[in-house]
Amino acid sequence: MFDRRLLTHFDWVLLLLVCGISLVGIMNLYSATSSLPETATPVYLKQLYWLGIGLMIALTVSAFDYRHLQHLGPFFYVVTVTLLLLVLMVGKTSMGATRWIDLGFFNLQPSEIMKIVMIITLSWHFSERVQVAGYTLRDLVVPFFLLAVPVFLIMKQPDLGTAMLVIFIGSTLALFAGIRRSTLVFLALMGTAAAWGGWYLLRDYQKERIHTFLNPERDPLGSGYHIIQSKIAVGSGGLFGKGFMQGSQSQLSFLPERHTDFAFSVFAEEWGFSGSLVLLLLYLFLIIWGIYVARQASDRFGMFLSIGVVAMMFWHIVVNLGMVIGLLPVVGVPLPLFSYGGTSMVTTMIGTGLLLSVSMRRFMF
Amino acid sequence: MGLSSPTDIPGLRNRFLVCSLAAIAIFLLLVLRLWYLQVISADRYLTLSEKNRIRYISIAAARGPIYDRNGELLVDNRPAFGVSVLRQEVEEIDPLLTQIGGLLDVDVEKLRARWDAGQRFPRYRPLPLADDVSRDALDRVQENSVDLPGMLIEVRPLRSYPYKEMAAHLLGYLGEITEQELQEEAFAGYRPGEFVGKSGLEKFLDPYLQGTEGERRVEVDVRGRELRLLKTQEPIPGNKVFLTLRRDLQLAAEKALEGEAGAVVALDVRTGEVLAMVSTPAFDPAAFARGITGQEWVKILKNPRHPLTNKAIKGQYPPASTFKIVTALAALKGGVISPSTTVDCQGSLTLGNQEFRCWKKEGHGPTNLKKALKESCDVYFYMVSLDLGIDRLSAMAQDLGMGKPLGFLLDGEKGGLIPTRQWKRERFRVPWYDGETVIASIGQGYVLATPLQLAVMTAAIANGGTVLRPHVLKKIEDLDGKILRETTPEVIGTALAAEKDFREVRRGLEAAVNEPGGTGQASRLQGVRVAGKTGTAQVVRLKDKDDINPDREIPYRFRDHALFVAYAPAETPEIAVAVVVEHGSHGGSAAGPVARVLFETYFGIDDSAGKSVPVPENGSAAFSEQREE
Repeated sequence: MFDRRLLTHFDWVLLLLVCGISLVGIMNLYSATSSLPETATPVYLKQLYWLGIGLMIALTVSAFDYRHLQHLGPFFYVVTVTLLLLVLMVGKTSMGATRWIDLGFFNLQPSEIMKIVMIITLSWHFSERVQVAGYTLRDLVVPFFLLAVPVFLIMKQPDLGTAMLVIFIGSTLALFAGIRRSTLVFLALMGTAAAWGGWYLLRDYQKERIHTFLNPERDPLGSGYHIIQSKIAVGSGGLFGKGFMQGSQSQLSFLPERHTDFAFSVFAEEWGFSGSLVLLLLYLFLIIWGIYVARQASDRFGMFLSIGVVAMMFWHIVVNLGMVIGLLPVVGVPLPLFSYGGTSMVTTMIGTGLLLSVSMRRFMF
Repeated sequence: MGLSSPTDIPGLRNRFLVCSLAAIAIFLLLVLRLWYLQVISADRYLTLSEKNRIRYISIAAARGPIYDRNGELLVDNRPAFGVSVLRQEVEEIDPLLTQIGGLLDVDVEKLRARWDAGQRFPRYRPLPLADDVSRDALDRVQENSVDLPGMLIEVRPLRSYPYKEMAAHLLGYLGEITEQELQEEAFAGYRPGEFVGKSGLEKFLDPYLQGTEGERRVEVDVRGRELRLLKTQEPIPGNKVFLTLRRDLQLAAEKALEGEAGAVVALDVRTGEVLAMVSTPAFDPAAFARGITGQEWVKILKNPRHPLTNKAIKGQYPPASTFKIVTALAALKGGVISPSTTVDCQGSLTLGNQEFRCWKKEGHGPTNLKKALKESCDVYFYMVSLDLGIDRLSAMAQDLGMGKPLGFLLDGEKGGLIPTRQWKRERFRVPWYDGETVIASIGQGYVLATPLQLAVMTAAIANGGTVLRPHVLKKIEDLDGKILRETTPEVIGTALAAEKDFREVRRGLEAAVNEPGGTGQASRLQGVRVAGKTGTAQVVRLKDKDDINPDREIPYRFRDHALFVAYAPAETPEIAVAVVVEHGSHGGSAAGPVARVLFETYFGIDDSAGKSVPVPENGSAAFSEQREE
């Protein structure tokens, strides 16, 4: 049954890239958490376990022919939307947000699953309904609702970061599928107006974050603290960094959340501009390689699927880095493969598995 | 399949290129920003990171005060000075510890232990080395502070106990948080060296009493000098706890029991509120609050009279003759006796080959219920119990709250023991003997009860059979006076018997205190009528008490326990009291006066006349068994 060609076409470059970035991330976590109180299992070791689990997931997903997902797309979509509704009804609340379903052994976060499911659903939709001349507003009604329902539910949790990412992923896919020029102009105008209106729908703390982002010195010890301390950490790294385990900002615990969302500022402080550049090039290579996989895909669904996964990784990277270096407001988006956390690792690895699956079936019709 | 091929969309090839270029462009933007931060502005940020640091100085929250039922303060806080160090500013720790140790006159090893324990915590948080430093030592440290880089003096509130040992067992003591506790979720955010409740209410109510730490954020320069205060977050003190105790009663009871080992429990008959709860000897909680020394600790642990044990809820004693109240009520309820039933006491009862003696060798002669309770005739209850049987007796004891813990607030409440046939079969795999019923009827043998249970039983007799859960926590209020927790009376059982049966028992108890020949006359009061029952619990079975020369003193540890239970006023009972004096010899003479002091205080009677009531030499309920060869 198993096609031998699958092995010969296995995408080693992609796998090595993912593993390489993850290992740099784990090394960085070792440094970032060395001054934290000791726990039974150190954070870096836990992340290593997650990497192992993640790789197994990626390989399992890649062994599965992604083309079957086309038919499963609607089913996944309905299930995940149901889960999002369940979260709002019986979800577990932690730190003011209700994002999880407590399964006893594990906290399920349906908004995270939604990222992948949104990729599959929209890929299925766009690959089924091709508009050679580009989509018009009417064509976009269905994808709009496919996107809007889960985004609305995620906003209600509230989880602005994830909702935004789901929108970014969906928009990227739509743009890639092709939108008529006039429609695009109209949407751009609508988007601006919506942003205007959306401001009034934001929660106070979310507004506060944006205010603070625009002027961090306004509240140097409140919500501006993250941005200021992170910028000091990154900036003080200089050209070559302070050296591994030598970052005073991070080692002295000035940096909050330094092993999760702000893991990159530890890296930038200790390895400097040169280290950051190398890491950014690795990420860029991963993105470009993903686009290459999409280009080589043997069918439209595989192509959209790959673009979707690349978009997910890309927006995570850009939003996280933008936040850490003070270009974007603090929204709590992890850096894929780099920030500590099982959820992010699993999502990224499912995406990697899908890319691998498309890549190794590129010659199969 | 051509339709699904990617190439059937015109201009698609270009889109991959556009995507790639867009990604590169955005990454370039990120790189430019990094260049700006890390290369162009590097010096500025390096200076910021090295020269300017923000220091967090925690401000300890005062623990919540504890009041009695009338709002009289029982436990409070006072400011205490502690010496801490800031790890991030310590250059060399060894000379620093030696120097601080010398100035404070503290063992350097002790300081080092604290230093080592604090290593796991963030470096910017002060690490406490010594707490509650004396004024003199503090001055010495302050004078030398220039030579002690990284040293810091912190003021924190310390528990103070204006009444020293008062209610020590109930209130409990504080102790330094242990390694193990630091790992637990409940103690997240605690630092080594901090104090938490270790026993009693301090432990049980820790989450309420423990306030929320405040914080001062200051900007400091590279030498650790404070440049400016950025923000102060005031600490929130712990909540106010109000107990049901009455401070005057508690103090009076402790004074009355001074020098003895024992326990006193006073309850409000109508609500189950604990008005006083004493266990002696006690300990000084202040010694714990400042950090107890090893020597002091060993001394407490080695004391044979167990100062740390709350005997009021953990001490299990044979209730002795106080249990005759239960036997009497059970017998009346079961119809075994009527108030006029008379037994002829000849000084002993022979059952098979065993002889059960009355404490009065010459016997009480013809005895009815009232006389049996008044003079504590053993033979009367021996005879009655044979008709009653152990099962009905035990059932009544259980209905009155004995035989299992009452669900008192604090940890470790004991349940005592009420034996039944089934219990004995399961425990020893032998049947129940009538002889055991006989000794159970006078509260000896297997029967055990805590002073709390005796008080609850007495209260139930006084109020007509309602068993109330004894409680000591009246309410907890936050700073705004909002009530966070409040205890209301809770009925946990009912002793079902006719009102006239209760009346007969109470008549006997009143006679015991107020009539000539009664065993409880030591607690008689002018103005308020007291009802009570004495008890003298055998500690060891002396083979033949007659062998002991009455002139020679019995060694302390072999002396009988003295018990007394009582309530007052007899007509409309308000307060019930149980007193146990370990090795106090006679219930009437040793425990009775303690109860009287409580009643005097409660009713505000200065009764010097009452003290002259002669204490008759009696009340020793001695039974002994002799096997005939």
